[in-house]
Amino acid sequence: MAKKRILSVDDSASIRQMVAFTLETAGYEVVTANDGQDGLDRAKSTSVDMVITDLNMPRLSGIDMIKQLRTLPAFKFVPIVMLTTESEERKKQEGRAAGATGWIVKPFNPDQLLAVVKKLVS
Amino acid sequence: MAVEGSRVDNLGQFKQTYFDECAELLAIAEAGLLRLAPGTFDLEEVNTVFRAVHSIKGGAGAFGFSDLVTFAHEYEAVMDAIRAHTVPVSYGLVEALIHANDALGRLIDHARAGTAPPPDLIAAAVTALRADSGHGLPAAVIASGRAPAVASTAAAPESPRRSFALRFEPNPDLLLSGNEPSFMFRALARLGKLELGCQFDALPALTELDGEKLYLKWAGTLQTAASLAEIEEVFEFVADDSVIEITPLAAGGAPAAAVPAPATPMRSAAPGTVAPPGPPAKPPGPPVLYGSRDEPPATPVQAETGEPVQAASGGQSIRVDLDKVERLVNLVGEMVITQSMIAEHLRHLPPGQHREMLTGLEQLTQHTRDLRECVMAIRAQPVGSVFQRIPRLVRELSAETGKDVVLVTSGEHTEVDKTVVENLIDPLTHMIRNAVAHGFEPPDEREALGKPRTGTLHLSARHRSGRIVIEVADDGRGIDRRRVLERAVERGLVPPGVQPGDAEVDDLIFLPGFTTSEMVSSLSGRGVGMDVVRRNVVALGGRIGVHSIPGEGTRFVLSLPLTLAVLDGMVVSVGAERFVVPITNIVESLRPRPADLRRLVNLCDVIQFRGQFVRLARLHRLFDIPDAVEDPTRALVVVVEAEDGAQLGVLVDDIQGQQQVVIKSLEPNFRRITGVAAATILGDGRVALILDVAGVHELSRRAGPGGGRLAVEPPSQTEAAA
Repeated sequence: MAKKRILSVDDSASIRQMVAFTLETAGYEVVTANDGQDGLDRAKSTSVDMVITDLNMPRLSGIDMIKQLRTLPAFKFVPIVMLTTESEERKKQEGRAAGATGWIVKPFNPDQLLAVVKKLVS
Repeated sequence: MAVEGSRVDNLGQFKQTYFDECAELLAIAEAGLLRLAPGTFDLEEVNTVFRAVHSIKGGAGAFGFSDLVTFAHEYEAVMDAIRAHTVPVSYGLVEALIHANDALGRLIDHARAGTAPPPDLIAAAVTALRADSGHGLPAAVIASGRAPAVASTAAAPESPRRSFALRFEPNPDLLLSGNEPSFMFRALARLGKLELGCQFDALPALTELDGEKLYLKWAGTLQTAASLAEIEEVFEFVADDSVIEITPLAAGGAPAAAVPAPATPMRSAAPGTVAPPGPPAKPPGPPVLYGSRDEPPATPVQAETGEPVQAASGGQSIRVDLDKVERLVNLVGEMVITQSMIAEHLRHLPPGQHREMLTGLEQLTQHTRDLRECVMAIRAQPVGSVFQRIPRLVRELSAETGKDVVLVTSGEHTEVDKTVVENLIDPLTHMIRNAVAHGFEPPDEREALGKPRTGTLHLSARHRSGRIVIEVADDGRGIDRRRVLERAVERGLVPPGVQPGDAEVDDLIFLPGFTTSEMVSSLSGRGVGMDVVRRNVVALGGRIGVHSIPGEGTRFVLSLPLTLAVLDGMVVSVGAERFVVPITNIVESLRPRPADLRRLVNLCDVIQFRGQFVRLARLHRLFDIPDAVEDPTRALVVVVEAEDGAQLGVLVDDIQGQQQVVIKSLEPNFRRITGVAAATILGDGRVALILDVAGVHELSRRAGPGGGRLAVEPPSQTEAAA
């Protein structure tokens, strides 16, 4: 079975690295993007099985990226998980309205991340 | 859990990245804070700061720096409140935020060092933040900084198996949110023994079936040792718009007596179960305002105009250890020497032969130059990183002195070698201090003089003649030449009765220990004078000058070499010696005709060059070199220009050719010599001195008409004082 490819979108390099490291160690393939626009561009040029995105990002926010991703035929059913903080209940609702599949509350540890990923991709 | 332990260890390797990132984020946040003006609101600026702090918090959480999370959360909450308009931007609040930013920086330092921060550090900053953000924040906000225990898996003690009745009626659009029921069932099956039945009653006729909709419902039982919270977690993402019922069953299979017969919807979990601790809600900002601002179609505009800092550093990049770049720079330097060595040997080949080898050498020369430029570009940084610190400095200084000062910067993107950037900070800071403390008049005085109450401080950077030129210009009172001269006479720096020119008086402020009473203050004080600034600048191969117009202002001009490693030079010979003239300084070289030569009585030799007279500097006399060509009409004159525009004709025997040379600094190994910027090693292994054009100019001025011997300058006052 081919490796599942996950797109990690975050403007923080350390979070990108941590997400990538955790997922790669668990046998996933990881593509990274620095902000929403970058994420959108990457999503258009490569096929991915899941997206993990931050919300607060320059150029294109996570919410707007999710909205645009959901208009792409290839992304209709792709799980998109947003990284939120505990205080962002409102953002969570907004993200769900935009088409997000779920969320991971920051700060999170690698096991929490993997648990969510396992729940959403086979 | 051993597995988890090793994973946590592995995270350590990202901490370095995180701390590097924190430094950048702090600078971004600070720059954003400084642009926040009291009484105004710029969503983009607020967002920039918010994002920076938010990212610091996110990483801190991932790496387990709980102090950092707690405090960043507090700071972020204030930014969020500003964003939601519940807290107005006041001067005091901006001050408090700037201090909070500093406090955050110190906490990061502690986290990096692995030391515990002093307990009052957080408390003091939090108190200040709260005081200035006032009622807009809930008092308990600090408590919510802790990570909520979303996954309570590990903590749960081994509990006996229980049975739950499950019912799942998903929203028909569930698939479109990227959720997949079969994965959820798989997750449930991992918790225990799952038996589920599917109900198709809602399935429409095939012709009406929409392939993207979900018409199925499920019901069944789960036997598990897991808690209710763990089961609920499986449905976490779909709970809001689907019907989910999870009912504990009594041992016999019937609903437990304690639980009311209709199964409880997940959201109102039965009492006594382990529901995730609900995080305290954020201050409910005015929803209308928030909504109208938070979803604006402003995003495309943002991409064009906003984010100056992010945009500049955007694109793909990697972090490289500076040592690796250093090694690369050194290697390129060695390669430049090797290449000129080969060139030197091939020069002696009979002409017309070994054509391929010569072509190859030419290419090698070109590639070496390109390589050198690429490597230097790696080290190049925009001076903006230094300029960024200046707004804060000006702000603090104007607050301390009660002067109104506006800072205008330009040329932030001018790039220069990293070491040069780093060495710019101190002199620049000092020049700015001087300008604000002494240059500007107090607002009332300015008004009385018919000037705007607010002074303007211009800070600019640009490239010129292969150097970076930085100017600090104020529109203040200018240098008080009368006082400066009085003071200089008092201190015996100028003999009484002598009236030096204006420029020379201005230059006196660079003499060691020179201060007029007005120039001493706690601000510019710090025990450093302009002499130290000049000494530091000169040590970098730079120069500093001052131009002042009484009543109109003062302008300091600082110039530094772009790189401290390699340069393109013209090798010239004087007697048996070789010198290197930086190409960037060279205007032209020529052999003068007798008619071009003049001697200004008792002043100096000049040559006529393109309609004007240019001072002639005889290198062999300045550096006392025997067997050089004495007669200018039989020698060559290289006309050079310093970055201040002054031209000089340098008399040399002959020109050997152009080549790249590796700069070897003289100062650490020998001492500073006026007129000599550094030394280098030529292809034949000989050491040649690299001329410092402005210095040669100064030498020849001092030497007078005859061109005396001033090879090694006598210890200057600067060094004597040091």
